[in-house]
Amino acid sequence: MLLLQAAAGHVDWGFIIEKVILITVILFGSLGIAMYATWAERKVAAIMQDRIGPSRAGIFGLAQPLADGIKLFFKEEIIPDRSTRFIFILGPCLAMLTATMTSAVMPWGPDFTIGGRTIALQVADINIGILFVFGVVSLGVYGVMLGGWASNNKFSLLSSIRAASQAISYELAMGISLIALLMMTGSLSLRDIVQQQHGFWHDGYFSWNFFKQPLGFIIFLTCSFAELNRAPFDLPECESELNMGYHQEYSSMKLGFYLFAEYINMFVSSAIICTLFFGGYNFPFMDQVMQAVPPVLFSAICIMALMTKIVFMILFFMAVRWTLPRFRYDQLMRLGWRSLIPLALVNMVVTGGVILWTLKK
Amino acid sequence: MEKLTNRSVQVDRSPMTVSERMYLPGIIKGMGITIGHVFKKKATVSYPEEKRPFSPVFRGLHILNRDEQGRERCTACGLCALACPAEAITMEAAERKPGEENLYREEKYAAKYEINMLRCIFCGYCEEACPKDAVYLTETVMPANYNRKSFIYKKDDLLIPNPNKQG
Repeated sequence: MLLLQAAAGHVDWGFIIEKVILITVILFGSLGIAMYATWAERKVAAIMQDRIGPSRAGIFGLAQPLADGIKLFFKEEIIPDRSTRFIFILGPCLAMLTATMTSAVMPWGPDFTIGGRTIALQVADINIGILFVFGVVSLGVYGVMLGGWASNNKFSLLSSIRAASQAISYELAMGISLIALLMMTGSLSLRDIVQQQHGFWHDGYFSWNFFKQPLGFIIFLTCSFAELNRAPFDLPECESELNMGYHQEYSSMKLGFYLFAEYINMFVSSAIICTLFFGGYNFPFMDQVMQAVPPVLFSAICIMALMTKIVFMILFFMAVRWTLPRFRYDQLMRLGWRSLIPLALVNMVVTGGVILWTLKK
Repeated sequence: MEKLTNRSVQVDRSPMTVSERMYLPGIIKGMGITIGHVFKKKATVSYPEEKRPFSPVFRGLHILNRDEQGRERCTACGLCALACPAEAITMEAAERKPGEENLYREEKYAAKYEINMLRCIFCGYCEEACPKDAVYLTETVMPANYNRKSFIYKKDDLLIPNPNKQG
């Protein structure tokens, strides 16, 4: 489409510049947040265990992620002799790529107008936003699978098999729990879903989806833990049985990419959970605020609201990691197939019934 | 079998109840405990900046003492070496020459005095055995080192600086 426009000779350069700036900001923003998520994870772990955590590099240890990154860059790069070299290198690249791709359809704030141009704080408003997110997230497991398989190490292979089957099992329940939500919203576009949750209180009930789909939220949250390979479902990289799992043979920045992709994924899933269930950039009394401040400032406040929610969500992910013990693999599978999927199905049927017989009358 | 203490608890192997199988109440309880720990006092001591106080009976690295005029107190009597259960102390005695009265307190002094810190168990018997108040254990922790030789502390390492000598 853009190429056709270019051929015809009239390209909206403002549009391209606007999107490039937005993409750059989102990309570096999510990288930065992922960087500081590693710092926050260590701090959270420390504080929960009555320690103080990283405190030497910079004030409060804030330069710690930089130090870690520099260290990883200068480490010796080892590619195992018997590995499949191309796939071995492809693995971490794929993990990183899919992790950063998801943020393209996230609505970060409401539109605002500068100089007659309406700027959307969303890279691409595609009408199947959720499906895109799901597609990319399921691609993410390929990074783990290919990496573990190409390492030619039995622990890595076991771990990648685990990761794949875990992802498949939990994506089912995740998708079904989401269907119930989508039946209520009637749209797959993330932008529409956020706009439906406007404010905090609407027509005598909370407007955020969390209050409409509490069971769906719990199922979705549990499945996101599994999708993120985070404790209590971090079986693909459990130290006690598989040493380090799929990234055991990786060193230097390839390892760094895997670890980093995990934190970007955590940021993105927090953003998705906040968008789907906690109203995205909406916050209570936003209508009054909108009238009181200029539109640009209002957009900034909305972004801040979303970011606050995301940070809380990330902290919650971390708190869970440092609280719950890891599931055994059979327990994980039993929970997925025998509890979450039936629950999600019941939730879907009940939601459908409620919509059919009470809301649509 | 008779119980030795009344603290043992029988393991409960009954099948899980519904609320236990839902996991959520247990998870919320666990989260409560860990989040409660956020507000607890931290156990960490940021070592070089803040030091944990030693107990008054702490026994650390040895020193060889001098008297008020800066003379070495040790007369190489060997009682510390005799008292040492780890046989960490060796010494060689020498006779004080005329003109060395400002260096050594008694007519006999230790020409060599060595403590092998890898053998030393920091029991403090040398300090108790010393009739001349020459050897003391300080509150210094023994520093780490790379080679074994540097753990044998010579007289120069142990002697405290002369209070009367400047520089």
